Formats: sequence, C-alpha cells, structure tokens
Amino acid sequence: MKLNKITMAIAAAAVVLTASTVQAEIQPAVVYDKAGKFDKSFNEAVFNGIKRFTADTGISVREVEPTNEVQVEQGLKKLAKRGNSPIVGVGFNQANALSAAAQAYPNTQFTLIDMVVPEANVQNVVFRSQEGSFLVGALAAMKSQTGKVGFIGGIEIPLISVFGCGFEQGAKHINADIEVVYSFVGSTGAAFANPSKGGEIARSQYEAGADIIFAAAGSSGNGVIQAAADMGKLAIGVDSNQNYLQPGTVLTSMVKRVGEAAYQSYATAQNGTWKPGFVSMGLAEGGVDWALDEHNRSLVTADMEAQVNALKASIIAGDISVHDYMSDNTCNY
Amino acid sequence: MNRDTRIAWINRLLLPLLNIITAFAVTAVVFWLIDVNPIEAAQVLLYGAFGYEEGIGYTIYYATNFIFTGLAVAVAFHAGLFNIGGEGQAYLGGLGAGLAILLLDPSLSAWVFIPASIIGALFFGGLWALIPAYLQAYRGSHIVITTIMFNFLAASLMVYIMVHVLRETGQMTPQSELFPTNAWMPFVHDVAAGFGYSIEASPLNMSVLLALVCAVLVWFFLWHTRWGYAIRATGKNGSAAVYSGIKPKRIIIVAMCISGALAGLVSVNELVGYQHRLIMDFHLGYGFGGIAVALMGRKHPIGIIMAAVLFGILYQGGAELAFEMSNISRDIVVVMQGLVILFCGALEYMYRPWLIRTLAPVKQAAASQEVATEVGA
Repeated sequence: MKLNKITMAIAAAAVVLTASTVQAEIQPAVVYDKAGKFDKSFNEAVFNGIKRFTADTGISVREVEPTNEVQVEQGLKKLAKRGNSPIVGVGFNQANALSAAAQAYPNTQFTLIDMVVPEANVQNVVFRSQEGSFLVGALAAMKSQTGKVGFIGGIEIPLISVFGCGFEQGAKHINADIEVVYSFVGSTGAAFANPSKGGEIARSQYEAGADIIFAAAGSSGNGVIQAAADMGKLAIGVDSNQNYLQPGTVLTSMVKRVGEAAYQSYATAQNGTWKPGFVSMGLAEGGVDWALDEHNRSLVTADMEAQVNALKASIIAGDISVHDYMSDNTCNY
Repeated sequence: MNRDTRIAWINRLLLPLLNIITAFAVTAVVFWLIDVNPIEAAQVLLYGAFGYEEGIGYTIYYATNFIFTGLAVAVAFHAGLFNIGGEGQAYLGGLGAGLAILLLDPSLSAWVFIPASIIGALFFGGLWALIPAYLQAYRGSHIVITTIMFNFLAASLMVYIMVHVLRETGQMTPQSELFPTNAWMPFVHDVAAGFGYSIEASPLNMSVLLALVCAVLVWFFLWHTRWGYAIRATGKNGSAAVYSGIKPKRIIIVAMCISGALAGLVSVNELVGYQHRLIMDFHLGYGFGGIAVALMGRKHPIGIIMAAVLFGILYQGGAELAFEMSNISRDIVVVMQGLVILFCGALEYMYRPWLIRTLAPVKQAAASQEVATEVGA
C-alpha cells in the first residue's frame, strides 16, 4: 500500500515535471454540493471527472464537502485564500456563496456548474438537460408496453422539472397518446438522498401501470432502480451512467457530463485558455447524452437505437427544438 | 462538603467533563483506526475553532444558533414537554423574519427593520409551536409526534412558498430577493471597526448579543417569575401542580410558544445576520442539535451557553479538520459529533452511580452526623 503510494507519487511527479515545462502550474479545487461526493449521481460524476484529471495530469485537486450552507462560502473563500484556482462550485445551490467568494477574490478563477452568476471571474456551465431527457423519453415511449411511463424528481423545482418536461416531450413525440405520471420524492434537499422513499414511490407508479420510470432525484434514484429490478420493470438513470447498477433493468441513463465540465475547466486553466462567461452544454457539445453500453444492449433493439440517434441528430441540427422548462417555468410546448 | 453539595458538583461538573473526555477518547480511537494521528487532529480542530479571528467568529456564530435552540428545548423540558420541532420552528421563524423585512418599505432605518425581523421570527416560530401545543393540551396528541410531523410540514410549506411565492424573478435557486442593507444585523467585525478595532471578517453578527440576552431572560423567567414557577411545577409533577392552582393546559401552551419563539430566532442569526435573504434549509441540524445542547447544559442557561460553544467548536473545528486532512471526510466529523451527543446525552448517567458510590457514599455515621448538624443549625 505504502509502496504503491510512493511509486504513484513518483510517477505523478514525473508527469508534473514534464508537463510543467509547457503548462502553467495550477492548484485546482472543488467544493461539492451538500449531498456529498459519493452520491452515485451528480456529485460523483464531478468526482469522476476530477479523478480523470488527476490521473491524466498528476495534479491533485483539493476537495471540500460542506455540510451546511455556511460552509459552502467558507470553503470557497478558504480555497481562494490558499491560492487555489480554478475552483469549481458544484450545483445551483452555490450561486450566492460563489458570487460572494468571486467578489472577495477577483483574481481567482471560479467555475460554477448548473447555474449562472454575473461575475467577471466566473465561468458558468449550464446543461441543456431537456435535450438528453427528450431522447430517453422517446426511447421509453418506444419500449413501453402499457402506454404509461413515469417521472420521479427529487424536489419540484425548475431545475428538476426541466428533466420531466423534456422526458414528456420525447415520449409524446413518439406516441402522442402516452401517459406520463409525475411524482416528487420530497421537499427538502434530503429528497435527493432518500433511496427507500424513491423506491416506495416507484413501486406505486409501477403498480399504477407505468412500466418505465425516469428518475431525476440524485441517490433517491437508486431506490427507483432497485424497485424496478424487484418488480421486473424498467428504470432510466440520471447524471452518471447508471446502466451498470442493475444490468438488464436500467433501460438507459440520461448522462449529464458534469465531470467533463470540471475536467475542461481545469484543463483550460492549465493551458491558459480558461475564459469567464457562459458555457452551455447540450447534445451538440457532448454535455448531455443517452447511454448505451453492454449493460443495456439487450434492452435496446437496433431499430430503437437508430431512431434515438436520428432524433439526436435532428436536435443537434435544430430540426427539433426541445422546450426549456426554465425559459417560462411551464411545460407548454 | 456535605453529601448534597458533592452530588451537585458531580452532576454539574464532573459528569459532563467525564462524558466529554470519554467521547473524545473514543473519537481518538476512531481516528487512530483510520490512520489519523489523534493529537494532530485535535490540534487542527482547536486551531480551526480558536486559532485565528475568523475561526473564532465562526465558532461563536454556530454557538449562537445552538444557544437559541438549546434554550428553546430547555424551556419546553422544564414543562415536561419534549419539543423536537425546533427545526420547523426555526424554519418558520425565518419566514416571519423574512416577511417582516420584505413587506416593509426598504427605505426604513435599521432601528425599525431589526426589531421587526426579531418580532417576526418570534411570532412565526411561536405560532408554529402553538398548534402542536394546542393539540397536546386540548386533544391529547403527543407533542413528540406532532412536533416532529410539523418539521416536515414546515419543510413542505417553505418549499411551496419559496418556489411559488417568494422566489426572486429570473432566479433558479429558491431564494428571496436580497434584504435591503438597512435590514442587515450588523457584523461584529463592522461594529468593532466602528470602535477602532480591526478584526477579521466572519459571519459573526450582533445576534450573539441577542442570544445572551435571551439566556438571561430565560433564566429570569424560569426561576424568578410566577409563570416560570408554574412551568417548572408542571414539569416536575403535573397532577400536583393542579392542586396548587396551576392550569397545566395553559402552561403547555405558554411553554411551547416561548420554546418555538426562541427556536425561531435562529433565523435572525442565519438570515438577518449573515445570508441577508430568505433561503432554503438554513436551519438544518440546529433544531436537533439544540436537544443535545439542552441535555448537556442541564437545562440551565449557563450550561446551555457552554454546551453551545462546544457544539460551535465541533462544527467549526470539524470543518477545519475536513478541510486540512484529506483522509478525514465530513462523515467522520459527523461521527465525532455523534459520539459527543451519545456520551453526553444518551449515556448521560453512565458514570453517575459509580461516582456517587465512590465520591459521595451514604455512610451511616456520616449521615446521622449531618442530620445532627443540620438540626443543630
């Protein structure tokens, strides 16, 4: 174990030495959301991006996992004070805190994922989640035998409704008569970390006739996937590729590559091309996607695959425009 | 020292100290098991909590919240009521404070805004406790069940209000607009600067004074007023209290409203003092932490202040620990806090029988001698 660490450190040092001749030294850092970095979903996707960055460059990333609202700002400022840059803030909840930290440390580069704050030293990365949700909705409609599919969100907030609305549009695009039922796990941040309740809600939706459920509820979605496996139904994962969690049960995953956003932020800072401002990542930029791998290969026929990819191409080309719930806070498309 | 004073010393000083030491000893073992040097960890923790001005500010800032909820739980405890709805009452208190500020004319002075926000917090927090109190007093629904259910109701209600009513237009995060600067509770570092002292900026604000005033008022109320006496009498023995002319139903209502109002004041520290807007989940953990603080503080304001500072240290020092040491995750910090609660709250009297047997034994001779001196005196 120790020896392993030492060899890794030497290897890392070697990489840094060779890399530093051409690239700037950076001290990257990240402040996770209150859900913590091992949520098997949103934060973990960021963590995986960071792990990949460390593996590729040998540069370690300082991590902070806040437990309350106050610690978010405290963490961001402390990292900036210690000279860390760029600092990635994970999640829309950090907007105020990141804005305050960015004002206090104008020479530090900040990247905010999933939200926009108008500061001169902040890069805002937002995802067009509705596009990926549209694709998984379409696939669900193709696969559904009962003509009824479900959506389970964490809390009823616009950021989550975007997923549901995109999902519904995709499903209706394939089958105008399909019924989409909506449920939400809860009303506090804890709703994103309650697999047992997610599972209960999924069970009631399955019993009411839905045969495929798309969960956008952080780790509560793990309960949905478990319920699907128990009842022989299908589920759709979110944020990370969750197909592997229950092979043969997870129809696909709506992948939101938040890890890529963190990775890119560090990589661009390293080669000097990091820019503040607004970055929107959709299907075209690879920011969102649907996941097809060996774990769900048997569930998706070649015909379905072709159809979904055709839809993807039309969205990228602009032939299909997916309504963004957040543009007017309604799902009238 | 006679036996009673000895027992009092054991209860008030020796037991809490021993409990804390045991909790830290077990924590040290946990740290040792995960390859962390416990001494180094203790140094980081104490440095984080007291080592620099900003750290001290955070420690006292957290302690302020715990003083409010600790007092809240204690007042209900004295009436024999277990108020575990501090979370919901604090949350609703935030709504009261926020509404008071947002509905007033932004050009008013701080002398209007700050008292208004305090009254709003007191009123809404108290109101949220009034309903479970009424249900307990007049309908016999157990307060533990109703207050914990009211925490969930509060969370749902606040989500609805934050998302559909108070959300700032064009904002994704469910949060209200920023309070006008006149309505901000002054930061301690700003006040100190006004007197010519320069201290590092931290979230610590003048709400800490409010907390200390509340502690004094609670002490005075409980031990020096007729209502306070009635509350304590009801808590000690409800049926006996009836015979001395106390109406327990009314006592339940009064004690719970005061308890809820005190819990509501958390929002003055968090929102009026630091966040300067109504946000979601600012209250998480403080309501339940208040139970441990009240238990550790022996339901007495002085004990509560000391226990609140200990929790402030654990929160701020724990954050420092997770920040500085890469193999300490935030979950280990929760384990540490949990151990303190376990030994100081749940296993409260673990050492007590043994301590009393060894330090204050009942001796036939000594006992009779004491009686003799007492009679003689």
